[in-house]
Amino acid sequence: MVLNNIEQLLEKYDLGETSLAEEQQLRQYFLNNRVPEHLESYRLMFGYFEQAKTEQYNKDVPLKPKKNNVYRWISVAAVAVLMFGIYISQPEAPKTELSQLSPEEQELYYKTVEALQLVSTQLNKGTQQLAVLNTMSESYTEGVSKIGLIEEFSNTKNKIFKTTN
Amino acid sequence: MTSTEFTSLVMPFKDKVFRLARRLLVSNEEAEDATQEILMKLWSNQSKISSYNNVEAFAMTMTKNFCLDRLKSKQAQNLKIVHSNYQDHSVSLQKQVELSDSLSWVGKMLEQLPEQQKMILQLRDIEAYEFDEIAEIMEMNPTAIRVALSRARKTIREQLTKTHNYGVK
Repeated sequence: MVLNNIEQLLEKYDLGETSLAEEQQLRQYFLNNRVPEHLESYRLMFGYFEQAKTEQYNKDVPLKPKKNNVYRWISVAAVAVLMFGIYISQPEAPKTELSQLSPEEQELYYKTVEALQLVSTQLNKGTQQLAVLNTMSESYTEGVSKIGLIEEFSNTKNKIFKTTN
Repeated sequence: MTSTEFTSLVMPFKDKVFRLARRLLVSNEEAEDATQEILMKLWSNQSKISSYNNVEAFAMTMTKNFCLDRLKSKQAQNLKIVHSNYQDHSVSLQKQVELSDSLSWVGKMLEQLPEQQKMILQLRDIEAYEFDEIAEIMEMNPTAIRVALSRARKTIREQLTKTHNYGVK
């Protein structure tokens, strides 16, 4: 009677239609009873499944504490603040606009400009006088080229005198 | 979530993850690595964990995908995962005839099954999941799962009867 029932269940089992409870029933039967020869293969299967169930994973998984994003952003902000601090504490960049200067500094600036202008006008006068020197040197080189003509003249004169001698 | 909370969440199914990985990858070491990988992935995605209604099924799906990827990449490199979980089989003749050894036949036959059937058989007959859960894990419909399961069970049993009749047992 029991065997008959079991065989019916096995048929369903082979078709993949047994429920978990029915499968449990089969398992119990095959693990606890002497099984007729023709059902030996089922016994092996259920035996194996039972054995396979006992395998365990015993290793520890190294769980790193989860990196907190808030801390990461705080550190980014800290770096930004630090950089800004360094930038701020640097000596002020030299002022470039006249309007940014204080009145005394402006006065100083104008005086300097005046002095530099004075130097430059004197320098221009000097160059005008140098122009005279320039013309002198030009007429000098002219003279030198004329001397060259005289030399040539004397050369031909010498030749003439040689042939007459 | 603290690591103790996480461990207690993961505790009930970490062995199942390991066994599924072991079923697919065969090698003990590979399966251990895979399990560790999956638990660590879960840990690093813990903010999303609460949004999954079934963490266990999710973990099992991850395991399935991870192991299949692993097998595929090994195949692509023309490598086989070699398992080194050999045991001393020459203990005694007596022992060989014993039940435990004939049970290992079942394991060997399971290894021959296609990956999909292997997984389904593992999930149903060893881990005793409901069909709905298996459908969720395998991302298949329940009917296809029943068919694959039936095929797997029949194949194994046929193989066993054959071996048994040859008296190799």
